[in-house]
Amino acid sequence: MNTHDLSQFIVFAALVSVLAVPLGHYLMRVFTGQPIWLERVFGPLERLIYRLADVKVEEEHYWLNYAAALLIFNALGAGLLFLLLSYQNYLPWNPQQLPGLAPDLAFNVTVSFITNTNWQSYSGETTLSYFSQMVGLTVQNFLSAATGLAVAIALIRALTRREQHTLGNFYVDMTRTTLYVLLPIAFVVALVLIQQGVPENMHAYVTATTLEHATQTIPEGPVASQIAIKQIGTNGGGFFNANSAHPYENPTPLSNLIEMICIVLLPAALVISFGKMVGDRRQGRALMVSMTVLFLGSFLFCYLAEAHGNPAFTAFGVDQTISKQNPGGNMEGKEVRFGILNSTLWATLTTATSNGSVNAMHDSFTPLGGLVPLFNILLGEVIYGGVGCGLYGILIYVMITVFIAGLMVGRTPEYLGKKIEAREIKLAVLAMMLYPTCILGLGVASLLIPEALKSISNAGPHGLTQVIYTYASAAGNNGSAFAGFNANTFYQNIVIGIVILIGRFGIILPVLAIAGSLVTKKITPISNGTFPTHGPMFIILLTSIIILFGGLTYFPALALGPIAEQFSFSQPPTQP
Amino acid sequence: MVNQIRAAIVFVVLMTLLTGILYPLAITGIAQALLPYQANGSLIIQNGKIIGSSLIGQAFTSDKYFYGRPSATTATDPNDATKTISAPYNAANSGGSNLGPTSQTLVDGIKGAAEKLHRDNSGPIPVDLVTASGSGLDPDITPAAAQFQIHRVAKARNLTDQQVVTLVSRYTESRALGIFGEPVVNVLKLNMALDNLNKQ
Repeated sequence: MNTHDLSQFIVFAALVSVLAVPLGHYLMRVFTGQPIWLERVFGPLERLIYRLADVKVEEEHYWLNYAAALLIFNALGAGLLFLLLSYQNYLPWNPQQLPGLAPDLAFNVTVSFITNTNWQSYSGETTLSYFSQMVGLTVQNFLSAATGLAVAIALIRALTRREQHTLGNFYVDMTRTTLYVLLPIAFVVALVLIQQGVPENMHAYVTATTLEHATQTIPEGPVASQIAIKQIGTNGGGFFNANSAHPYENPTPLSNLIEMICIVLLPAALVISFGKMVGDRRQGRALMVSMTVLFLGSFLFCYLAEAHGNPAFTAFGVDQTISKQNPGGNMEGKEVRFGILNSTLWATLTTATSNGSVNAMHDSFTPLGGLVPLFNILLGEVIYGGVGCGLYGILIYVMITVFIAGLMVGRTPEYLGKKIEAREIKLAVLAMMLYPTCILGLGVASLLIPEALKSISNAGPHGLTQVIYTYASAAGNNGSAFAGFNANTFYQNIVIGIVILIGRFGIILPVLAIAGSLVTKKITPISNGTFPTHGPMFIILLTSIIILFGGLTYFPALALGPIAEQFSFSQPPTQP
Repeated sequence: MVNQIRAAIVFVVLMTLLTGILYPLAITGIAQALLPYQANGSLIIQNGKIIGSSLIGQAFTSDKYFYGRPSATTATDPNDATKTISAPYNAANSGGSNLGPTSQTLVDGIKGAAEKLHRDNSGPIPVDLVTASGSGLDPDITPAAAQFQIHRVAKARNLTDQQVVTLVSRYTESRALGIFGEPVVNVLKLNMALDNLNKQ
């Protein structure tokens, strides 16, 4: 890695660390109901919302009520979004007079956005009106992120409360997340992005006459307001088809830096809040170290693969070496202003979290470069993870880890003083089994159904990688794609939509059930026999278990996909 | 249960108003008041006509202009709505080639582009000049890619190489804050400056 790339990475990492610590502290205050400065601004609005919706703040929910409120709320949001998309031609702010979406596509977009997946079967600029973008998608960008956070907070409460029964009030958690966390950050980020060149208007598309006298239609719209929450909420669905590679979504290296920070900021901060809320910062730190080890490894791997370039190009006199005048490397599907470092750093971040936005096309990455985002998704997006879902995802891994550690020493496993018993482990394993079942089961089904096979755009191992990536991205609620795969067919829209739903609620429900069971337990004091969950031993164990689960479950599929493709990748170029 | 559903309905409506209407409209209002140039797409207007956007690349095929990067954007075939045709720099439908690294189509495309460029300059071709960008609308090329084309452009315009070299270095933007991103040359701005140079 040259000094420029290294310094970019170091500054980025430093900025994230500097911002995540105070934000983690702030999040803790928001969720424990401590006074915060913003209440002076939004306090009256918060109380108004509770009054209108008849929410009693002090009335807390049992896990089943919490889950029911979450499901009803999401179902209503889904119904509204489906109708908006289907009938957008009758609604205002549609200067391009785009028609309503076909039912299968509307279903796919709806489940994709309510679940924080933001998979794009559609192409924004040719499909969606401004009304659908704002009132449909932007809203769910906020609410799906808030839902994820609410579940994570409920689980943290379950770990910290002794012998109680309730997990908090779902509507209070949603409201406070939206008003005090997501909206203020999105507001600031949107304005900064506009300053960098992201448009924000309600005009019709502009027709330009180019220097060579051709006509160019340039799309417009309320872009910045959606892009801000798209990154902060780890949503990732683009206003435009090219997503964050589009110069209007991500015009400059600075907008790119801000968006990368936004992708990882809340997930990282939440780990810090977790440590504070359980009253032992070392617990948060242990998770953070495991995540960071995995992150650094996968980023370096991806960077080196892409910087190496595509040996097939060299034969035609194409220069891919890194110099001051040219960043070099495999530039197919990448933007010049980002180069290799920002493209691979983004690819790692967007799949380590469940963001799924892309500033370079993963489908055109080298075989091993493309393996990294895929592998991150397959691990369950727990390296920082999505807003909320990353934390509850890694806590599931933690329970499995303490269980395995408990088996090895022959003691009842405990985490933070709570006994992890058969019920919790059964639920955790159920949640963990869902991903491979969806990805390998339905993904392989896709290979047997002629109708489904039509979606694959590349022959050979790369085609298999496209299928695995698609289903992994759907089950993991990531939303990025090997975008050559044509997902906008009736079969794929429906099946991918179903996988997305399973991947979201199939995890949330067991997590809330675990929370419901943990909250009733007493907290046993630490003794000599307690397996510490903050030391290096635990960190190594947790990291290995994450890699082992991902590696062993998916290795055969990966061997036939990206790894096989690497072998057919031509010989490395001779250095000039 | 009825209570729950009522609460959920009110809550969905309120949140939709807040995050779907109030928030984006507030941002739009502020942006239009304070940053109208950026908020309206950084459009370049010359003699009352919109030439394009400084952020969105354009197709350049004439020898007189610096070429941008290949673009894999498509448009609907005017003769058959179920098919698409190649339409480089179609800003109304952004996207990359999404060709895999071992795809024969990709390799053939690179080969064709390289052969064409080698007619102008037999030196090694900077990789960005033969690879399609992710958006298909990349407004930039690398400084190396600009240098590669200097002689051709100068010859086509009856300028000296040195005149064009000066222009290219003036339009080379260094890394943001000296650290972030890569040095770039905005192709549209450079080509507009070339046209102005010839007029003088």
